[in-house]
Amino acid sequence: MYPENFRYTKEHEWVLVEGDIGTVGITDHAQEELGDIVYVDLPKPGAHIEQGKSLGSVESVKAVSDVYSPVSGEVTEINGLLADSPEKLNADPHGAAWLVKIRLSAPAEVASLMSAADYQSYIGAEK
Amino acid sequence: MPITKVRPHLSPNESLLFERSSPGKKAYQLPELDVPAVDAADALGADNVRAEIDGFPEVSEVEAIRHFTRLSTWNYAIDYGMYPLGSCTMKYNPRINELVARTEGLAWAHPYQPEALAQGSMEVMARVEAALAEITGMDAVTLQPAAGAHGELTGILLIRALLEKRGNPRKKILIPDSAHGTNPATAAIAGYAVENIKSSETGVLDVGALEHLVTGDVAALMVTNPNTLGVFEENIIRVAEILHAKGAMLYMDGANMNALVGIARPGDFGVDVMHLNLHKTFSTPHGGGGPGAGPVAVKKVLEPFLPTPRLKRSGKRWTYDYKRKQSIGRVKAYYGNFGVLVRALAYILAHGGPGLRNATVDAVLNAVYIRKGLEPYYDLPYRAPNMHEVVFSDERQAKLGVRTGDIAKRLIDYGFHPYTVSFPLIVHGALMIEPTETEGKREIDQFIDAMISIAKEAETDPQMVKGAPYGTRTSKVDEVTAARKPVLRWKP
Amino acid sequence: MLDACGVSSPEDLFSHLPEAVRLGRPLNLAPGVSEYEIVDYFRDRAAENANGYASFLGAGVYHHYRPVLVDTVVSRGEFLTSYTPYQAEIAQGTLTTIFEFQTMICQLTGMDVANASMYDGSTAVPEAAMMAVRATGKGRVLIAKSVHPEYREVLRTYARNQGMPVEEFGYVPEAGTIDLEDLDRKIDGLTGAVIVQSPNFFGIVDRVKAAAEIAHRAGALLVVLFTEAVSLGILEPAAGADIVAGELQSFAISPCYGGPYAGIIATREKFLRQVPGRLVGQTTDSRGNRAFCLTLATREQHIRREKATSNICTNQALIALMATVFMTVYGKQGLRELAEQNLAKAHYLASKLRPRFCGKFFNEFVVKVEGKTTDEMNKALLKKKIIGGLPLGRFYPELADSMLLCATEMSRRADMDAVAEVLA
Repeated sequence: MYPENFRYTKEHEWVLVEGDIGTVGITDHAQEELGDIVYVDLPKPGAHIEQGKSLGSVESVKAVSDVYSPVSGEVTEINGLLADSPEKLNADPHGAAWLVKIRLSAPAEVASLMSAADYQSYIGAEK
Repeated sequence: MPITKVRPHLSPNESLLFERSSPGKKAYQLPELDVPAVDAADALGADNVRAEIDGFPEVSEVEAIRHFTRLSTWNYAIDYGMYPLGSCTMKYNPRINELVARTEGLAWAHPYQPEALAQGSMEVMARVEAALAEITGMDAVTLQPAAGAHGELTGILLIRALLEKRGNPRKKILIPDSAHGTNPATAAIAGYAVENIKSSETGVLDVGALEHLVTGDVAALMVTNPNTLGVFEENIIRVAEILHAKGAMLYMDGANMNALVGIARPGDFGVDVMHLNLHKTFSTPHGGGGPGAGPVAVKKVLEPFLPTPRLKRSGKRWTYDYKRKQSIGRVKAYYGNFGVLVRALAYILAHGGPGLRNATVDAVLNAVYIRKGLEPYYDLPYRAPNMHEVVFSDERQAKLGVRTGDIAKRLIDYGFHPYTVSFPLIVHGALMIEPTETEGKREIDQFIDAMISIAKEAETDPQMVKGAPYGTRTSKVDEVTAARKPVLRWKP
Repeated sequence: MLDACGVSSPEDLFSHLPEAVRLGRPLNLAPGVSEYEIVDYFRDRAAENANGYASFLGAGVYHHYRPVLVDTVVSRGEFLTSYTPYQAEIAQGTLTTIFEFQTMICQLTGMDVANASMYDGSTAVPEAAMMAVRATGKGRVLIAKSVHPEYREVLRTYARNQGMPVEEFGYVPEAGTIDLEDLDRKIDGLTGAVIVQSPNFFGIVDRVKAAAEIAHRAGALLVVLFTEAVSLGILEPAAGADIVAGELQSFAISPCYGGPYAGIIATREKFLRQVPGRLVGQTTDSRGNRAFCLTLATREQHIRREKATSNICTNQALIALMATVFMTVYGKQGLRELAEQNLAKAHYLASKLRPRFCGKFFNEFVVKVEGKTTDEMNKALLKKKIIGGLPLGRFYPELADSMLLCATEMSRRADMDAVAEVLA
């Protein structure tokens, strides 16, 4: 369920690091909590993001949730799919519905994030 | 068996105005011009004259009245039955209010007509100011704000002005986590940072925590009293003392005044500034979402900062005082929602002092009666005595998969409007119920019976409850698609 | 009931309140009176106001005929006594009429999306300014002096606490239109919004297109205001406007000494998520039928709380419904004919006087009075049971010798002749 090669945050974001690029998304747990997603607000390419700071938000009909970046760096790409089809985020949050790609400015940050096993226990405990 | 509640009735279908328009149809007739007609292109410049208004309706008078009449039958309303909406105070809207608001000399008055020809309107406003000051125990009232949130903004701006005068406007406003969303939104617009205070386990303000939170950076605490759980903030006097000792102010959101009128006055328990919702406590109609009025009442110390102009007595007449150097300025053009003030005054005159107090007593009685009736069936997270409203949680039903939203929709099938769902946020799965004083025992018993019946349905047939409502003209509306693909106007 | 509550008297319900907060005496308010006495009270108050006067006041509030159908519709209990349509299944009446309202406002203003109304025109101004600032990320606001003075005051009250500097630019003394050079001088890279009104406070059709060019060149948005909604029946929608905001009082909303009214904000599709206030959207119900609901609520205070686009909760639903019925009764042809009548009446009056400004005007214009003060002129008119124009000295010291006159379809030729006689 939770890919082994991802790293996870307490705020339910994930990052997949390939070279110096981190692909960021929200977890399946997050999309389930939110319910039907209606809108995704993403930064523009070129924006500078800090670990732990909000990079945008995800909206359902009755709630808004900030997305906190797992890593610091510069946004290189945003997922164009989500503007027209925000519902993809419910369907495939770990795959096709990634949010942004970031060129990491501090790759060492990733070590402080949770592994899949840790994240799984974390959300198990939350329940 | 006698029919005791609204049953679904046949509601004719109706398309939009634009879909039933026909070129050339009219519902109006203007008189003949008694002056020469003027060529629009000459008078305004040819570039400035528009072509026809594309798509604008063209229907006859009969078609117009049928259109709106049919649409109206799709609405629930207080005239049909109870709205148990918490903190909305959906009391009966007396029709005498509508009659007097239309008195020609009042309805037709232009705000800029000479003061000598506006004494009637000014007297009405002065009378409302005086009545609200007496009811709230405050020293001065402004009638300018157009609604509750508008009044909140005015109140916070008044606090800012006073603190600025004292040398430091300060940086933040404390807001309980049980507060209505307009409170933090208002604080932000007034340029303050918001700090949330967690409610105590008993649901009221945590005085101990407050003592640590009130620093020299805090401008004010915004409190609702009774709070959004319907519980009176028993430590309110101590709360006011803590704030005042640190030079901060106490703002009260007056949304729940229906529990206090004639019983307790905010001015007497330490409030410095508050707003009232005339469309709640004072019976002016909600009209599907507005208009309202949000007068603000203040202690003397804030009076110099009130919006301009102020009513002033000059000999035997009323006049406006525009020379108010310390005023925060205007929050709205002209003087306030005068038409709403007339309705509120009619309500005050009809009840009088004793009547207003009786209304409060009945409002609280009705809410406590509902609490007792539903306590065996619904979880009551906070056990303190409630006043004019009561808040349950859906915890028992949630175990069976039925949430407060589902129960609310099922209540519609019993002929009621839902209560307030999922608010306040400090109660998980909240059911917030306020009957008001204008509901009689019969209606309230029917409501209690309906809620009990639904609690039982949740046990025996939860899936059925989750699929409600069944008896409405329109079934469950797809709010998700409405948000994903917004269509906000008709197009041909 | 008392038994069920476990108390022996209603007073016991309050026994948990601390003694110190209890009001120990009756309210100092007279006892309640009968319906008849209430009617009498307000009739007496109405008698102390102007009755039976012809009025030539405009200045943001207009005397237009209110079709009888308006009150017939809004007096229906289903509209009058219903609540905000949060429960879509039992509020399709309100939701449908708001959807129609939003559509008609778009048609009139030429914009893509309109909200379900603001408190009034004056408060729509700071809301529009804040929208423009959010959309551009630039905080400076420029507003024309020819915008309604009280609207500018309201903007200043809001702006002061938002870190939103507001500066005014002037008007050309001969034409009464905005001073484009002054605007050009004052605009800079930090300007997020330029706000003009057309017809402006002096009644003059203003230079909106030129203002748009200047604003857009500087990367600012153009906000165009209106206070006389009937003008929309004949004036070309402001091309180049990014946001249109204004007051609908002319559409069957009684002047009512200043309120309640209904304001609107309308804008382009791309600014949709910055729009404050309620929005009604079209969707379907579970049986596939067309239905309407409040939507995009995540902009609003009850969800976003301190990050909301505005703190506004109410919309003026009942008032907006009055406007909707008015727009339906007059319809496509009627609104145009109504506007043409207003044009004819005001131009007739103006032809007998000398308008101070040479700019083109709709149904209001400014005249300079000679020989007497504006107050003396108005006193003379009052003797003829006529309320004259608004003396401008209270808002524009440089125009202290002038008054703003308005004529609508309700102005009678005989009264206009009387005004001309006194003022000429």
